[in-house]
Amino acid sequence: MSDPQAIRVENLGRVYKIRAVKKGEARERVALTDVNLDVPRGELFGLLGPNGAGKTTLIKILTTLLAPTTGRALVAGYDVARQAPEVRPRINMVSGGESSGYGLLTVRENLWMFGQFYGLDTQTTHARIDALLEIVGLADRAHTKTSDLSTGLRQKMNIVRGFLTDPEVVFLDEPTLGLDVGASRDIRRFVRQWMAERAGRTVLLTTHYMAEADELCDRVAIINAGRVLACDTPANLKRRLQREALFKLETSPLVNGALTTFQTLPGVRKVLHAPHDGFSALDLSLEADSALSGVIGALTAHNASIISLQKREPTLEDVFVDVVGMSMTEAEKHGD
Amino acid sequence: MLNTLRRSFVPAAWLGWQIESNWTDPFLFLVFSVVKPVASVLILVFMYQAVSRAGADAPIYAYIYLGNAFYIYVGAVMAGASYSILDDRERYRSLKYIYIAPVSIPIYLFGRAVARFITGTIAVVITLGAGALFFRVPFNPLTVDWPLFLGALALGIVCLTFMGVLIGTWTMTLRTEPWFVGDAVAAALYLFSGAIFPLTVLPSFLQPIGFALPLTYWLELLRRAVLGPGAAAFPTLAAFSNGQLFGILGGITVVFGLVAFLGYRYFDQVARDNGMIDAQSNF
Repeated sequence: MSDPQAIRVENLGRVYKIRAVKKGEARERVALTDVNLDVPRGELFGLLGPNGAGKTTLIKILTTLLAPTTGRALVAGYDVARQAPEVRPRINMVSGGESSGYGLLTVRENLWMFGQFYGLDTQTTHARIDALLEIVGLADRAHTKTSDLSTGLRQKMNIVRGFLTDPEVVFLDEPTLGLDVGASRDIRRFVRQWMAERAGRTVLLTTHYMAEADELCDRVAIINAGRVLACDTPANLKRRLQREALFKLETSPLVNGALTTFQTLPGVRKVLHAPHDGFSALDLSLEADSALSGVIGALTAHNASIISLQKREPTLEDVFVDVVGMSMTEAEKHGD
Repeated sequence: MLNTLRRSFVPAAWLGWQIESNWTDPFLFLVFSVVKPVASVLILVFMYQAVSRAGADAPIYAYIYLGNAFYIYVGAVMAGASYSILDDRERYRSLKYIYIAPVSIPIYLFGRAVARFITGTIAVVITLGAGALFFRVPFNPLTVDWPLFLGALALGIVCLTFMGVLIGTWTMTLRTEPWFVGDAVAAALYLFSGAIFPLTVLPSFLQPIGFALPLTYWLELLRRAVLGPGAAAFPTLAAFSNGQLFGILGGITVVFGLVAFLGYRYFDQVARDNGMIDAQSNF
């Protein structure tokens, strides 16, 4: 089957039934609502959203771990609900933020075993293990027991497990969650290299790290509260905001009254305030540069002094705020 | 099909053996694999001697000892399957990665059962040996009907594995207290399968449960293979020839195989519907 789309998602919905604490109190939680996505083969596609947005639920459905409540999804041309046996040989998955794997086995044994599950012969499996461990910088740990690996090294092993079978579609669910900067960078570099060397292979990556999505993904869908709110290339998403003037401003500590004043100033579209120890950080979204003078005037009126002022280019964080109406952190709090 | 069997069974058996033979602490291995089953049999032996005041020559003594010795397989193979699922899901957090691989989960569980069968066999052999050497159990390897014994053992283990697949995949759908399922089922079967007393001891309305269980016929065949004519001291199944018992056990095994297959399909769908493949219980 040669569907040009690696992933097709049509009107997909998922509702979780929540166990009742008391009789008659059964509740439901809507995890996904009417999601539609097409991911062509060869694309590195990102799902960007806060914790609880529905990213992992979508990946679970696409990897045949979870049944959808409504709609349908195709992976590599096969329906994940009805044709799971056809989907499984063509996919693999890596989840971040967990310590999966058999601790009593060595890295090589763990990987060899999963190669066997996919029907790889032993010689091919070992050759791929050697190559992939070398790329992720884990070659010298091949004979180390998994239980003796740090979180970052264990995640690298799991990344190798996910790519070992040379899947048509790889699902990476927050693959750098909880890792240090170096390990995260290594994993991103590996994913980029793997994609570059294998035309037609597809990666679906979920993340709540804006920079990761920006750096890695050909296209990004912003998802919040179970709905896909925007989907385009990072450049196009940011271009939507280029009619706005974005400034990063650090001032002496501000009181709430000042913020209310800024938000009502003419030409001010959005103000995000992050109080820090000894100063306030403001992210300003203005209709034009000229609106900045009004903000500075208001700051002066509130006896606030400017520590630094920087005009900046839009980021995916700005896009997220624009699309969702709040920052990622606020969205996570809102969803709790 | 053969490829699916091979890639599901071989690595699963290998993994199972790596886990079961992970005897990093030989003392703990000795306790769990040998001392525990032997001790549990001895408890019954001493209870028997204290309550019945009968000697080791009474037929019921061998009946109890052998029944308990072979029942070790039920805990190892059948209950072991549900532990395998839970171990993979909750301890190693790997069930979801195995589940999305192109393997057959029932065959995977068969593979995992191999290692548990081997460690179970070690415990059974030690228990029988201890019985013969120290507790006057009439077990003599030279007089055992080995073809009958091995045939019955193999068929019974297959049946136990089918039951284990059913329980294991049921366990996959559970979030609350799933660790007790295997043990609970094994304990319930212990009562009804004639392991420690003949079925005729049960109230008549409970006896049909025992007659519907494959373990009843399996244990009877194993006892006959070991004891020879002495096994006929209890008339519950005396009217059946060995061939008939084999036939019944084979028939029930086929039924359990079918039930395990259908049960797997049902529980698999339930697990996917409820998102239980990678769930965590509150153990």
